[in-house]
Amino acid sequence: MTTLTINGTERRFEGDPDMPLLWFLRDELGLTGTKFGCGQALCGACTVHVDGNAVRACQTPVSAIDGAKVTTIEGLAADGNHPVQVAWRTLNVSQCGYCQTGQIMQAASLLKDIPDPSDDDIDTAMSGNLCRCGTYPRIRAAIKQAAKGGRP
Amino acid sequence: MIVNLSRRGLLGGVAAGGLVLGIGLPRGEAQQAGFGADGMPNGWRDDPRLFIAIAEDGIVTVTCHRQEMGQGVRTSIPMVVAEELEADWAKVRVTQAPGDEARFGNQDTDGSRSLRHFFMPMRRAGAAARTMLEAAAAKQWGVPVAEVRAANHQVLHERSGRSVGYGALARAAADMPVPDRAAVRLKDPANFRLIGKEGTELLDNRDITTGRAIYGIDARVEGMLHAVVARPPVFGGKVTSFDAADAMKVPGVLKVVAIDPPSIPSEFQPLGGVAVIARNTWAAMQGRDKLKISWDDGPHAVYSSDTYRAQLQEAARKPGKVVRTAGDVDRAMAGAAKRVEAEYYIPHLAQTPLEPPAALVRIVDGRCEAWACTQAPQATRTRLAERLKMPEDKVTVHVTLLGGGFGRKSKPDFVLEAGLCSQAMDGAPVKVTWTREDDLHHGYYHTVSVERIEAGLDAAGKPVAWLHRSVAPTIGSIFVPDPKHELPFELGMGLVNTPFAVPNIRIENPEAQAHARIGWFRAVSNIPHAFAIQSFVAELAHAAGKDPKDYLLELIGAPRVVDPTTLGDAWNHGEDPKRYPIDTGRLRRVVEAAADGIGWGRAMPAGSGLGIAGHYSFVSYVAAAVEVKMGNRGELSFPRVDIAIDCGPQVNPERIRSQMEGAVVMGTGLALSAEISFRDGRVEQNNFDAYELTRIDSAPREIRVHLLASRDYNQPLGGVGEPGLPPIAPAIANAIFAASGKRIRQLPIRDQLTT
Repeated sequence: MTTLTINGTERRFEGDPDMPLLWFLRDELGLTGTKFGCGQALCGACTVHVDGNAVRACQTPVSAIDGAKVTTIEGLAADGNHPVQVAWRTLNVSQCGYCQTGQIMQAASLLKDIPDPSDDDIDTAMSGNLCRCGTYPRIRAAIKQAAKGGRP
Repeated sequence: MIVNLSRRGLLGGVAAGGLVLGIGLPRGEAQQAGFGADGMPNGWRDDPRLFIAIAEDGIVTVTCHRQEMGQGVRTSIPMVVAEELEADWAKVRVTQAPGDEARFGNQDTDGSRSLRHFFMPMRRAGAAARTMLEAAAAKQWGVPVAEVRAANHQVLHERSGRSVGYGALARAAADMPVPDRAAVRLKDPANFRLIGKEGTELLDNRDITTGRAIYGIDARVEGMLHAVVARPPVFGGKVTSFDAADAMKVPGVLKVVAIDPPSIPSEFQPLGGVAVIARNTWAAMQGRDKLKISWDDGPHAVYSSDTYRAQLQEAARKPGKVVRTAGDVDRAMAGAAKRVEAEYYIPHLAQTPLEPPAALVRIVDGRCEAWACTQAPQATRTRLAERLKMPEDKVTVHVTLLGGGFGRKSKPDFVLEAGLCSQAMDGAPVKVTWTREDDLHHGYYHTVSVERIEAGLDAAGKPVAWLHRSVAPTIGSIFVPDPKHELPFELGMGLVNTPFAVPNIRIENPEAQAHARIGWFRAVSNIPHAFAIQSFVAELAHAAGKDPKDYLLELIGAPRVVDPTTLGDAWNHGEDPKRYPIDTGRLRRVVEAAADGIGWGRAMPAGSGLGIAGHYSFVSYVAAAVEVKMGNRGELSFPRVDIAIDCGPQVNPERIRSQMEGAVVMGTGLALSAEISFRDGRVEQNNFDAYELTRIDSAPREIRVHLLASRDYNQPLGGVGEPGLPPIAPAIANAIFAASGKRIRQLPIRDQLTT
């Protein structure tokens, strides 16, 4: 049995130990804000925080993170107003929006590590997150805005 | 058959027009019946009761009958309604219509049509609802309706200083007669507060950024099961036998069920195969891995991209079916001072919306409910009813958000799979999820083409003869048995209707056979046509020793208005050629705007260059100018792209900008790295490691969008979602030539420049 703390709530998992965290979150817990895009850690749509670090939930077996604290997009900020979320809304970053929860989780992790990232820092941190709609220019701008405390 | 053929206007003039409120053409739409929204299956509606609900707390809910896939329609349609309704934007919400074209009019969300076709009907709906609110207030106060007016979510009677909010009027207004269409008074566009203005926040913004937005793959109901499907690795293949014993041993796997192969032409039918139904997606995927299936690959196992390309090239080097001719090309070519020819190859592409196809279906008490990320909810409903052998009125299709569409989700094969799985489980809710591998291996691919162009130049370097042969398997192949030629709507995507001022033109379309499912991909046939034509223009400029931008403008010629039917384009994106002629002055202006934006003509350092391309599609005009920087080993970066669009009057400029930005990024990816190839009938790319899309570090660093705004809202609207894409790849290729002298004639570029 695996025990995880997900968005502050303790959750037990007794299924296939190889099941990726992604499917536990989506199918068992109904936390569908974490998205399936590739299943191979190639697109970043499933990005969550495990013990504070951005990881790809599709390639993280539940059994490998026993005891970990997991934060999903639903738990990033109780009021939905994390500076990254606010910047995303202010700049209308989203098009279809499907990848954006993963982008936001990755960006929040970046800003925790590097509060004032350069363009190269953004490229390095965000290049694992695909956006088929092509919102990259606004993702870059929103990260910079969030880094400045949300001021445009 | 007729309904499905007409998804994108394959058959013009199939359907009746607007049906609900009275007869005759409404004011402001001086188009002939049979064109525009009138020419689409089930036409349009403008009854306010269909689209607008006002609650007693004043909240206005707009029903959006067009599907949201990133283009912003769930914000832009409510903007149009709220404008005429004089609603306070802060009190406007949106809800999604189910698939029901008899009620809502055409719902196919493709062809860059939503605002083009529904701007006026939605304005009238909003204005009619406002009229009903005003009538209710006047009645309540016992004053003439002419003395009251609506503003900012309330109705005012200025003479007495009284006012009443929309919420308080809602009940009484609902009892007012719906005004006659001819009596509905539209706003003077000079007074627009929302339409054409910047700064409207997306209505779905909070849900998207907090993970609450529901896409097809996120739909959930009580007792839901999960399925994945093993499909024939080759299109047209069949299961000969399968052994499910090991699959059934996977904990959580409940049932393994065969899905019949489609009849040919396969249209929107599932591909057949074997479905594994389980308690969760992971178990279903594990079960599928354990299936032992023998396949009969069928006739398309011969399909390999290398040999097929050679076939297309051979066809392009011989005369083919003439689809447009003007003057005498052979004589002019023979007398030309110089002849230039080039052949271009554009491969299959996959739409790969980041949300793969996924749908949930349940069947309870003879009623079927589907939740699906579909661009075509009515086709989904009709085909689901047929496949499940249920009356259509017992089938409901709830439309979720689409995590990208790009044409893939116009085809509801994946929803039918979910329906069949539910039926196999006695109606239990089953969600079918496609993995990325499924999406790449079993798609409806963008066509593959060879475009060969030859031109004869006079002594001054100006073309006097132009011969273009376009060879590509047609989308028609999913609808009719074995067609060999591009259909009018494909020819009309920038092949025959490129309005160059060349006296002798012949355009030919030699035969090509389809070996895979061919489907719409954002901008469709405009992609290969624009890549070839706009690359070739720059090649001619080089041959003539002229500046590519000046040469492009010279080819476009003096500003003039061209009837597309005189170019052999009877389709004209489904629009009335009189209302939507080609205006070469507008094409010139976007070219000039993109060139001015990027600083065309400025001195460039070694290894850097500027390229430009302009293309008319979806009755809009777009040009892109690209700055490319090439490293020592041929690696490319894009410091800046300037893109200019003239789409006529604008509804939501911010979303037009975002569509242009996205088109630049997608266009960069299809130029650099995206390719679907086949070997022995099988797609060779498995996931995003082999089918490479643009990432943030490879995207153009700065994208500047130039909106050539029309303030005349009597002019017709152009498309926005697709026309940004076609000019990007040729502008990139032209910039590479300027930077390096290397001419790209094959997409994707991939390692062609690396040394």
